[in-house]
Amino acid sequence: MTVVWILLGVVVVLLLWAVFTYNRLVSLRNRVDNGWSQIDVQLRRRYDLIPNLIETVKGYAAHEREVFEKVTEARTRAMGATGVQDQAQAENAITTGLGRLIAVAENYPELKANQNFLALQEELVGTESKIAYARQFYNDQVARLNTLIQKFPSNFIAGLGHFEPKPFFEIDEPVRGPVRVDL
Amino acid sequence: MYEQIASNKRKTIFLLFVSFLLLAAVGYAIGLIYGTGWVGLGIAVAVALLLQVGSYFSGDKLVLASARARAVTVEEEPRLHNIVEGLAIAAGVPKPAVYVVPEQAPNAFATGRDPEHSSVAVTQGLLETMNRVELEGVLGHEMSHVVDRDILYSTIVATLIGAIVLISEFFLRSWWWGGIGGRRSDRGNGNGGGLELILFAIGFAFLILAPFFGQLIRLAVSRNREYLADAQGAMLTRYPPGLISALKKIAEAPHAMRSANNATAHLWFDQPSRIQGPRTGKMERLFSTHPPIEERIRRLEEM
Repeated sequence: MTVVWILLGVVVVLLLWAVFTYNRLVSLRNRVDNGWSQIDVQLRRRYDLIPNLIETVKGYAAHEREVFEKVTEARTRAMGATGVQDQAQAENAITTGLGRLIAVAENYPELKANQNFLALQEELVGTESKIAYARQFYNDQVARLNTLIQKFPSNFIAGLGHFEPKPFFEIDEPVRGPVRVDL
Repeated sequence: MYEQIASNKRKTIFLLFVSFLLLAAVGYAIGLIYGTGWVGLGIAVAVALLLQVGSYFSGDKLVLASARARAVTVEEEPRLHNIVEGLAIAAGVPKPAVYVVPEQAPNAFATGRDPEHSSVAVTQGLLETMNRVELEGVLGHEMSHVVDRDILYSTIVATLIGAIVLISEFFLRSWWWGGIGGRRSDRGNGNGGGLELILFAIGFAFLILAPFFGQLIRLAVSRNREYLADAQGAMLTRYPPGLISALKKIAEAPHAMRSANNATAHLWFDQPSRIQGPRTGKMERLFSTHPPIEERIRRLEEM
């Protein structure tokens, strides 16, 4: 009789553990998805900013055509990107392009004094850092999810529930990006 | 971090209970002096319950109002709003409401009941003296208080201690100016008990000491929480030098603030009205709500 009770106890504990682990996996996966949509929101905000920014800079530095084209092209490519890795690469191109655009603007004192430009610049810096923060949050959650999926013994539950490891959102430059203007 | 949140919840409940008892004791002491005993206790318990429930739901508004904080729009303060939103994203919590306090001393605080109902406030002086990275450092610290739910605890303590200070001061002053004490001695003559005189003395002494006990509870909003919030804030921004340089600027700036009072001192980023420097006495250190800035800087530099 005692043996039956012990076995029953073990089964209950195992079941509880399985439910707990499964729920943890689900909530982590939701956090990852939520983190990704946060990145997406910020990236979209940046897409919206770019045409305005280019228009404003054009008003003072029309001949810097090459820079404008690079940024516009990168934007178009990023908007069509699919998948985390592809997106990350396209966004890197935008960040680099915007960095050059701001560097160009630095050469035009009248532009730097333009209220509209200053507001756009603050918006851009703000959005850049929000992208960085959203990426940081996303990658943290991905790391936690992937660890749980790969670790023993939670990997059993992950396998049963078809949980897949998620890719990191990686960028190839210092964390804050080159467009870090001190305002 | 999650363990921290759980332990904060336990401490919150415990300290709420202690401050509840303190307020009840204040009520009982007043009852003793009036000669009504348990009635005072009853009233105080009712007041304490009301205050705790009240401050759970609207303590943040009370704190913000007492600091004379004003909600600012995105258009008014785009930089501040951008930073707060970014940090909220990094911490994975909704964006808190953003307030500005019309004070020149650089300082900030966070309040609210949980991350879904939270506010951060910064002084005008902070906005004017800090650059972007430094502001991010300070707000990262405040955001950690939001994430760890330090804010609920601090807010409720602020309201309760406020009530204790108010009640005992009100009583002591009205006694001092004659009104109440006279009536009591009339009644005292009838029973003529030495016991009543002793009770009177105990109650009286307790009322004088109550604000001091309140102070001790407030200190249990331990300075450790400030270190922890510094460390966590630096983890959020991934840039400790920002917070370090903000702390250095604050150490050099004037501290006196009109709108910070005894009950809300522990809420702020830096202790308001600090007497600073090497002359900082032992007693002041003992009763500070915040660790010394130099120590906070040193710990951050070690990270």
